[in-house]
Amino acid sequence: MVQSEVINVSNLDLTFVTSDGPVHALKNVDLKVNKGEFVSFIGPSGCGKTTLLRVLADLDEPTDGEVTVNGVSPREAREARAYGYVFQAAGLYPWRNVAANVKLPLEIMGYSKEEQLKRVKKVLDLVELTGFEKKYPWQLSGGMQQRASIARALAFDADILFMDEPFGALDEIVRDHLNKQLLELWKSTNKTICFVTHSIPEAVYLSTKIVVMSPRPGRIVDIIDSNLPSDRPLEIRDSKEFIEISQRVREGLRAGHSDD
Amino acid sequence: MRAIVMIKKLWTGSDSKILPVFCIITFIVIIWYGFSIILNAPWEYDKAKRNSITLSKTELVNQTWSQKRPKLPTPHQVAKEMWDTTVNKKITSKRSLIYHGLITFYETIYGFAFGTGLGILLALGIVYNRATAMSVMPWIVTSQTIPILAIAPMIVVALGSAGFSGLMPIVIISMYLSFFPVVVGMVKGLKSPEQLDIDQMKTWSASKSQVLFKLRAPKSTPYLFTSLKLGMAASVVGAIVGELPSGGGGGLGFRMLSGSTFGNTLHIWSGLFSAAILAGSLIAIISIIQRIVLKRMALET
Repeated sequence: MVQSEVINVSNLDLTFVTSDGPVHALKNVDLKVNKGEFVSFIGPSGCGKTTLLRVLADLDEPTDGEVTVNGVSPREAREARAYGYVFQAAGLYPWRNVAANVKLPLEIMGYSKEEQLKRVKKVLDLVELTGFEKKYPWQLSGGMQQRASIARALAFDADILFMDEPFGALDEIVRDHLNKQLLELWKSTNKTICFVTHSIPEAVYLSTKIVVMSPRPGRIVDIIDSNLPSDRPLEIRDSKEFIEISQRVREGLRAGHSDD
Repeated sequence: MRAIVMIKKLWTGSDSKILPVFCIITFIVIIWYGFSIILNAPWEYDKAKRNSITLSKTELVNQTWSQKRPKLPTPHQVAKEMWDTTVNKKITSKRSLIYHGLITFYETIYGFAFGTGLGILLALGIVYNRATAMSVMPWIVTSQTIPILAIAPMIVVALGSAGFSGLMPIVIISMYLSFFPVVVGMVKGLKSPEQLDIDQMKTWSASKSQVLFKLRAPKSTPYLFTSLKLGMAASVVGAIVGELPSGGGGGLGFRMLSGSTFGNTLHIWSGLFSAAILAGSLIAIISIIQRIVLKRMALET
């Protein structure tokens, strides 16, 4: 099977100019992501994992290096609406109900009225929020808000999904449930997912590829291809393979830290 | 029975404002009657002295509370004056408070409308264009440091010599005061979306106008209503101040000025209360619209 390359990063460097002087956020980052992969970025805060995601999404500009998304520059990819982005906070509009929030990007992108309705129904069903169309964000729990936010990112035809610690603010039980849902969703939609997290079990459970990063300057210390089967019940976390991969991630994180 | 319970609740309920407001009003009225005696007494003493009689306490109080041209009229005198000049006069009469009130009302509404429009336009310019923000903002602030009483006559004279008289100069003075809170509030409101909201719009590659109409405008609605209430109060003040140098046109400001010129305190006080009622009702109308709109938008529960 020929794997087509969705993301290609080579020699990426990014330095932020701040009032305290320059901050070297990313150094010499090389990365390839193939279509349909689930890639997790893991590392301590300040390792540049969110910044890397923002560069891929054209929300931050690299200082140096080559980045292509779908074979074009991140900017062109963004303008072609090639990706959906889920932020750490759900970012729903309080004056719009769930359905209207999910509809928002569709309105912006000029989908027809019938198409909007059809898609809203479809993605709300996908994240199991059917029946909550008329509810306002403040009437939903944190997990439901984040699910609505994911539905919104899935509503339009983007085959890449960027997720920046989407479940970071949720408790573990809700997080487990959403992780399971996300895996099913990934399998049924065949999207390429880039997922930022600082939880080792979450990264190992979800990913086909784990990118371990370390701070000051932000760089990649290890890239681990997961050999876990694609069918992953939550219990897989007690298996030998799972624990081995977790250990390798932990070692990568520790190695990155011993530098400072 | 239920009605009685409701009234009782309105009166003593912990969230009811009626009791505290009633207390304050009672307090003010008592002080007012007191000052009516103190301020109007010298005239009564003089009169008594001229006629060589001594006044008893009751006579003093009765007379100070019922002078034809008191220094400080009592609340009931003001109320009677207002009744006489509204209900008992034709609207077209120059002695009617409604006649003068309507003039001030139109000046206020036009000044408010233009001021709000100007304020929103300036706010958009400031938010979307750095050059506008840098060049216009200092002038906007400066404009409000100049005492309106000082430039109102200049505006009237300048516009008058350019051939504009009547309502127009007053509307402009009213606008001059009311645009400011709208600019300040709307700049804040239009800038209220967080970086996350803006980034999110960017990931959908939304156009500038889409960001304005789908994000900035709805998010600034609560700010708009706060600004409108301040702007409305400023419009009323502007209209009244604008009437003073205009002369002859009528309006509550003109009524108060002529009262002051001829020493008719009843005209001043009744004009003052009419202006307060006018401003209060206009602001109350905005508050009601605010409630309805924000509730519809689910921004208020």
